[in-house]
Amino acid sequence: MVAQLSDGMTIGIGGWGPRRKPMALVRELLRSDLKDLTIVAYGGADVGMLCAAGKVKKLVFAFVSLDAIPLEPWFRKARESGQLDVLEVDEGMFQWGLKAAAFQLPFLPTRVGLGTDLAELGGLKTVQSPYDDGETLIAMPALKLDAALIHVNRSDWRGNVQVFGPDTYYDEWFAKAAAKTYVSCEELVDRMEDHYPEDAPYNLFERCFVNGVVEMPCGAHPSSMPPHYGWDMKAFKAYADAAKDPGDWDAVKDRFVGASEADYLANFGGKEAVAVLPLPIF
Amino acid sequence: MTDVTLAELCIFACSEAFRNNGEIVATGVGPVPRLAAGLAKLTHSPELMMTDGECYLVEQPVPIGPRQYDDRKKAGWLPFSRFFDSAVWTGRRHAMVTPTQLDRFGQINLSYMGGTYRQPKTQMLGVRGFPGNTIYHPNSFFFPAHGPRVFVPEVDMISGAGYNPAKRVAGGNYAGIDLRTIVTNLCVMDFQGPGVDGLGAIRVVSLHPGVTFEDVQAATGFELHRAETLPETALPGPDELAVIASLDPHNIRASVIKDNPLARKAG
Repeated sequence: MVAQLSDGMTIGIGGWGPRRKPMALVRELLRSDLKDLTIVAYGGADVGMLCAAGKVKKLVFAFVSLDAIPLEPWFRKARESGQLDVLEVDEGMFQWGLKAAAFQLPFLPTRVGLGTDLAELGGLKTVQSPYDDGETLIAMPALKLDAALIHVNRSDWRGNVQVFGPDTYYDEWFAKAAAKTYVSCEELVDRMEDHYPEDAPYNLFERCFVNGVVEMPCGAHPSSMPPHYGWDMKAFKAYADAAKDPGDWDAVKDRFVGASEADYLANFGGKEAVAVLPLPIF
Repeated sequence: MTDVTLAELCIFACSEAFRNNGEIVATGVGPVPRLAAGLAKLTHSPELMMTDGECYLVEQPVPIGPRQYDDRKKAGWLPFSRFFDSAVWTGRRHAMVTPTQLDRFGQINLSYMGGTYRQPKTQMLGVRGFPGNTIYHPNSFFFPAHGPRVFVPEVDMISGAGYNPAKRVAGGNYAGIDLRTIVTNLCVMDFQGPGVDGLGAIRVVSLHPGVTFEDVQAATGFELHRAETLPETALPGPDELAVIASLDPHNIRASVIKDNPLARKAG
């Protein structure tokens, strides 16, 4: 799957902060030689790790946070070293940009961003309503993705996904904004209709938006994946602490990425330990 | 009289910001604002809507801190996936938040301090939803440590829109900017002072027990207006304190303000 990506691509990553992140796919990116990526994400450790590993040329973001650890330390380091090009936008503008891309529009207008520094800093332009009101609005550019990475609960090999959990964030819009979408899942079945037809309403986006599927149980760890498991705050804390000591990604990447998913999971107690992580309380 | 902590006074003062708001989503981010929204709903403003902090709408505010995952009683659903459609971009929300900086125009910053866009000196969270929140719905603020590094003449990165005429482009619609209340460990302020071009400016409206206007001014990096009369900020009564305690069974509020002082010093 990652072999189908190439240097310089714009890659969207689903989920939100420390929730529902396709971390196994992100780790696969981290094991690859890919570089100069533009990453588009409601950021958590996915963004922090890719920045720490020097994979990111440009970041499109509204925040990067691990919730209970509000400031993502590896992301901060990358920002404060000046190594990233950035486009910082509001959370709502962000999904608006994904929707513009999904609908193949150059931009969508919004009031959001007016009165702030976002437009000036990010080079966002304004448009004027052609109707009598003549309102000036910000033109949120389409966030067109070469690829999107998403972790779902179930899929069949054709890409019929089922997505549970109380909040699916903007995963469907990442899928629709991308030229290619790659999905990892907790459970892969051969034919969805033979296994879980009653759950068809959880088909968050249609299979025409799915280009590849891989089974990755625990594939969101250390982020949360309701209803299967909660986030692993102990793992996040170890990861955050490592930004201070030793502060060097190369020294800790074996621990937080590993040579394979099996190696990685073994570092955190294996699938059994992940399965019992309590769902987060807010 | 029972002891009332300054944090409890602040919760009570913050809850007033949610009075007469109608059927909107009251979002309090952080222990004091969240307890304030819950207190408002359980006392004077039952019509308020709010979430469990995740994505379910609840009619019974969820206590903060450790609890069982399914303790919340779900009455509705408001996930992030439709938050902008339903709450923010329709103006049906009032958020109370704690930015890193707030300036004389009410502009707020949560993104970065010092340096440049490309290389900030101190990177913070990012603008999050502040640009959309401020252009579309009412906002209020709580600061546990009122000081000149928080209340600055002009923020380093304008993450939320305020009453700065220089930041308004011709033809833009700024009618939704509605900054309401600022509660700090020293005082309560609003935006009803005489601002530039008829826009609002920050005004002190009540002082917490033992605090003078001069104390507040000295802790603020710009000139404040003062209301004609400056009463003492009201203290919560036993009923309100009981509600606060029920919403905060682990006494997380005690950790919000340094040394958890009483609202009124003894003697």
